[in-house]
Amino acid sequence: MSLTTAHSVVAPSANSKRIAGAIIIAYALISIVPLLWIFATSFKTPPDSIAYPPKLLFQPSLEGYCNLFTTRTRQTPEYINSLGPATGFCDETTRKRNMVIAGPSNFLPRFVNSLIIAFGSTFCAVFLGTLSAYGFSRFKVPLADDLLFFILSTRFMPPIAVAIPIYLMYRELGLSDTALGMILLYTAVNVSLAVWLLKGFIDEIPREYEEAAMIDGYTRLQAFWRTVLPQATTGIAATAIFCLIFAWNEYAFAALLTSGTAQTAPPFIPTIIGEGGQDWPAVAAGTTIFLVPILVFTILLRKQLLRGITFGAVRK
Amino acid sequence: MLNRTAENVARATPEPLARKVRGISDKGLAWLFISPTILLLLAINIFPLFWAIYLSFTNYRANRPNEVVKNLGFANYQRILGDQDIWIAMQTTAHFVFWTILLQTLIGFTLAWLIDRKFRGHAFWTTLILVPMMLSPAVVGNFWRFLYEPQIGLFSYVISFVSGIPPTSIQMLSNVSLAPWSIIIVDTWMWTPYVMLICLAGLRSIPEYIYEAAEVDRASNWRQFWSITLPMALPFIMLAVLFRGIENFKMFDMVNLLTGGGPGSTTEVASITLKRQAFESWRTGYSSAFAIILFVAVFGLANIYVKALNKVKQR
Repeated sequence: MSLTTAHSVVAPSANSKRIAGAIIIAYALISIVPLLWIFATSFKTPPDSIAYPPKLLFQPSLEGYCNLFTTRTRQTPEYINSLGPATGFCDETTRKRNMVIAGPSNFLPRFVNSLIIAFGSTFCAVFLGTLSAYGFSRFKVPLADDLLFFILSTRFMPPIAVAIPIYLMYRELGLSDTALGMILLYTAVNVSLAVWLLKGFIDEIPREYEEAAMIDGYTRLQAFWRTVLPQATTGIAATAIFCLIFAWNEYAFAALLTSGTAQTAPPFIPTIIGEGGQDWPAVAAGTTIFLVPILVFTILLRKQLLRGITFGAVRK
Repeated sequence: MLNRTAENVARATPEPLARKVRGISDKGLAWLFISPTILLLLAINIFPLFWAIYLSFTNYRANRPNEVVKNLGFANYQRILGDQDIWIAMQTTAHFVFWTILLQTLIGFTLAWLIDRKFRGHAFWTTLILVPMMLSPAVVGNFWRFLYEPQIGLFSYVISFVSGIPPTSIQMLSNVSLAPWSIIIVDTWMWTPYVMLICLAGLRSIPEYIYEAAEVDRASNWRQFWSITLPMALPFIMLAVLFRGIENFKMFDMVNLLTGGGPGSTTEVASITLKRQAFESWRTGYSSAFAIILFVAVFGLANIYVKALNKVKQR
């Protein structure tokens, strides 16, 4: 190592950097292949999607997206000819395969359910979490450590284990297969993460701010509202996105506790069936649409990621 | 982690000034702020848990709500501990947890160690590597099923292209000896970035001056790795193993979507057995007892592990 180029005696050599870079880039590219493949499949026609050898080059088509949002029935060519002219791209593509659109598919309502349940539970979890985190951070709460550990430990339970009694409880209360029931459940699951994360963020805000505000004549509540909340905005936003990602991706509870009206997208996407098996382009289209928000959030969250996935136990 | 909490609480002792605020007292406010969360958790987590404990002593079946519920005492627990299938499921789970953690830790740590060299563009590639872990395990499981399809899937094609084995004989999901590995591969693909990220934080936390000192002492790179890098990153690696261990012990989504526990029961992990008993056979009492045993096992193992982790941290 020459003394002129190295800032520190232990900086890795240029060569070792290059090798490390090459390995990491190779890993990243290989690990992203399944995702690119699903993205590509969403633009294939059903025959192209099951061609062997797998088709790398193909004529892009929106058939998968069209099939995702509609249900279709097979008809005789005579019947199809007796219909009026096809209205729009989707109708035309469907008729090419001797099918007519029978109506909208269930994907859109499931997607909307996902939105409602994910955003609803995130709002509740962050709201309750902020209050509790402030409580734990600023007040002398008896048995604070035990309570915090209790809150964390609710995450140890396998979802299936609590699903049985929750199923029974929801059946009694009329909450089974309702968005409200799922929002309550996901709020309870997420609130543990929200409290732990937000407590870390609020601990970092100097308490002098509130003290100064209170000397100015604000009550504790006003001081919280005017000084702590604005300071904690970044932390609250990061926490919200982590809760959102969890609720968005959750499968076990959704699969066991919802069957129809309140079903979310994760248990629904695998059930998209075409003629003679899974309609892979439609499944891929649903998956792609479902993944886009998460990818955006991942990029936004880069800096907070570590905190979020470890309950704030590790900071970067 | 908890020590820091205690410090903060101690520092939070209200100032005399704060005690005299108008309206609600600080103590009242603290409870007002904390109680909704605690009440929600009591209602949605603790109450169901106690209900499950109660059910575990009965022969209740959720699909026959009108039947008379009989108290069985510890009979359910006895049957579970004597049930061969349950033990096989536990073994399968242990097998998955072992292999996924081993692979994820090895690959994840290596990747972190390489990224720590801060080559040009490392931030971008790191973010790209992190993408799989942000996805829904269910959706991931479903589209890997497509990749694994023997005739049409990309995975079988690539393997057969490289190895020359005809793709029809690469039955990842229906071959008894390959099916467990098909799940281990997907889990490793998805969660290695998670371990990598935590290891990376560990490596970045090692102060530079230690290496400088080692360099002055002319310690070899190998020696530096074993005496500095690894021990100082160890608490972080152990934390990653803890989180992955708890998660993989509960593993359900991916297995359910990829193999559903099959072929036969070769990939039937504890959660799948639990689902079959509870929601297919409707043996609610019996499955509740199994759920309690699982919960106690996770809780117990996690506690023992955290004690070990704290010892490593204090070194």
